[in-house]
Amino acid sequence: MIDLLNALVVLGNFVIVPAVSYGAQLALGALGVTLIYGILRFSNFAHGDTMAFGTMAVILTTWGLQSIGIGFGPLPTALLALPVGIAVTAALMLGTDRLVYRFYRRAKAVPVTFVIASLGVMFVMNGLVRFIIGPDDQRFADGERFLISARDFRTLTGLDEGLAIRTTQVITVVVAVIVVAALFWFLNKTRTGKSMRAFSDNEDLALLSGINPERVVVITWLIVAALATIAGTLYGLDKSFKPFTYFQLLLPIFAAAIVGGLGSPLGAIAGGFVIAFAEVTITYPLKKVLGYLLPEAWEPASLVQLLSTDYKFAVSFVILLIVLLFRPTGLFAGKSV
Amino acid sequence: MSTLRPIDLALFAFVAVLFIGTGFAQSWNVTLTILNMGLISAIMALGVNMQWGYAGLFNVGIMGFVALGGLGAVLVSMPPVGEAWAQGGIRLLAGLVLGAATVTAAILAWARLTRFRGLAVAGILLIGFFVFRSVFDGGVQAVEAVNPAVTGYLGGLGLPVVLSWPVGGLLAAGAAWVIGKTALGLRSDYLAIATLGIAEIVIAILKNEDWLARGVKNVIGLPRPVPYEIDLQNSEAFVARMTAWGFDPVTASSITVKLGYTALFLLVLAILLWLAQAALASPWGRMMRAIRDNETAAEAMGKDVTRRHLQIFVLGSAVCGLAGAMMTTLDGQLTPGTYQPLRYTFLVWVMVIVGGSGNNWGAVLGGFLVWWLWVQVEPIGAMLMEAITSGMADGSWLKAHLLEAAAHMRLLTMGIILLLVLRFSPRGLIPER
Repeated sequence: MIDLLNALVVLGNFVIVPAVSYGAQLALGALGVTLIYGILRFSNFAHGDTMAFGTMAVILTTWGLQSIGIGFGPLPTALLALPVGIAVTAALMLGTDRLVYRFYRRAKAVPVTFVIASLGVMFVMNGLVRFIIGPDDQRFADGERFLISARDFRTLTGLDEGLAIRTTQVITVVVAVIVVAALFWFLNKTRTGKSMRAFSDNEDLALLSGINPERVVVITWLIVAALATIAGTLYGLDKSFKPFTYFQLLLPIFAAAIVGGLGSPLGAIAGGFVIAFAEVTITYPLKKVLGYLLPEAWEPASLVQLLSTDYKFAVSFVILLIVLLFRPTGLFAGKSV
Repeated sequence: MSTLRPIDLALFAFVAVLFIGTGFAQSWNVTLTILNMGLISAIMALGVNMQWGYAGLFNVGIMGFVALGGLGAVLVSMPPVGEAWAQGGIRLLAGLVLGAATVTAAILAWARLTRFRGLAVAGILLIGFFVFRSVFDGGVQAVEAVNPAVTGYLGGLGLPVVLSWPVGGLLAAGAAWVIGKTALGLRSDYLAIATLGIAEIVIAILKNEDWLARGVKNVIGLPRPVPYEIDLQNSEAFVARMTAWGFDPVTASSITVKLGYTALFLLVLAILLWLAQAALASPWGRMMRAIRDNETAAEAMGKDVTRRHLQIFVLGSAVCGLAGAMMTTLDGQLTPGTYQPLRYTFLVWVMVIVGGSGNNWGAVLGGFLVWWLWVQVEPIGAMLMEAITSGMADGSWLKAHLLEAAAHMRLLTMGIILLLVLRFSPRGLIPER
């Protein structure tokens, strides 16, 4: 019995807790991708760099706040800086839309033209971020580090294994829940949200019923800016901020959005957690867990790490392939434009 | 249709002036270095242009195919490591065969069984995976333990490096076939994401599988298709002739070597360009463009769209792989850590879009022009920053920051160029005709 508890605690500490917070970060990122796909009808390759830009704005604001001595008690100062970061990113998004995407929208360009334009935007944003904050690693988490440290947990429960929960992980999940709840309330209950969903379902019908497409687009960009900034900041708090890592997040985020079904917000969340749990479970050495669960004679000699952590991209990729082969519209039937 | 307009010739002349100007302003060594990579870039752009320009396929995994070509160069040209083969080579190969057998068995089971096939496939894969790991891991350990500081891998075949170029193309073609088989025929975005993923995986494999190509320890000192500078400098005939012509023998030797590469690469580019033009003008090329412009209509005319897409996707990727093998040959080393998507995938896209999608000459022009810009934007950016900051007080943080950040001007410039061309000249400098 104690063995079972110990096994659960090890699993919780190394797999479940990190996967839940990583999944929440991916889900927020995938929500942004899926919203753009649903409303603006293209795959936005600049999304990873949008997240990087938003996070950079938050970091700079955090440093500003810290330098004038404002903190957030036990919570990271970055949470205070979030609104500023979102505002800056939203301004950038609207500017990009005005300068780049609106032209193609008016010209009724094919989706792939938008995708190529988003490659250009990706380059520019990537360049901007490197230009302003540089390509190096930045850590900006402050405040209390742990909610429960491994040692406290051990003394508290008397188990052999500890369960550490970092503040950033809790914040990630709490913020993600709030954001997702707010987003779904907005999409389902408000008039604007409904008009967005109508626009996503059937553009012509939405236009006929008097929905102003430009307004829908502007609101979409605002929401996407908020989602990207929050997702990026949470990821950065939990791990660290490095522009190139954010660019690489594009793959798991897209995988999450596609696995869930492009264009489906609910699918994006499910997809984010599927990808995160698969990645963490497959790249974590399960020896310790199995050691507690199996009789001693069966205890595995190797680490039982199915794949080395460097192959975590391969995990999202294989899941993506499986979904593409067997259920091309994703878990929650997305749209196919 | 393959004729060039006067303005196209003028554009090529302009690019030539850029290169010659670099020769006078900096040095001929620099010109040739840029030119050689420019030739390789032009070949990559040709490959992407086949996929995008002929068929409208959106491939963002060029980096992976280029890296596979580089792997081909190592596997063909490096001498085999006999010790490693004796220690664990056979076991490692046996492991790989078992892995392949598992996948084949799973596919067969899926195709043949009617009941419980999900369970059967899962079972085969699970058992096969552990059998594969148990055989394979031992082989890997044995191979990697052989003198890890120098070898620690299986080595190659020890054949002339030029042979590796088609082999690199074949490796890339194989990967492209697997990807194309799964992702083509679905929505176009899926191919993009799938290729993005395979590129990351190829790089991850190259970085981590030390038995294959030493991973991040890099394989250096690949055999060359051209003589070594030091041999030229030691050759009395060479030194005597260069001195007679009034050149410094040391500079002349390095320029001679680079010219050797230039000649080889030019030959490859010329052959490929000729083939590509012939293909584009043939009924096959017309069919491809017909499919690109209206898939439904082409399908109604009895064309197998997915099959044609797969064909062109494999061909284009093979060209990228060929270019990758050539690049690794030019560098004389395979360094998996240096493969970055912005440089190897998205920059090639800028080349194709700027040059003119659908036009082979355009892709070639874009390859030269954008590569030249990519190299030169950094010194130009630094100069620009010097000029901007010259009025600022020395030691101010803004000045220091701006000077330091000048190195990142490249990405910004490339993005702006791509956006401007896409907006104001969407068909590129040499448009399709």
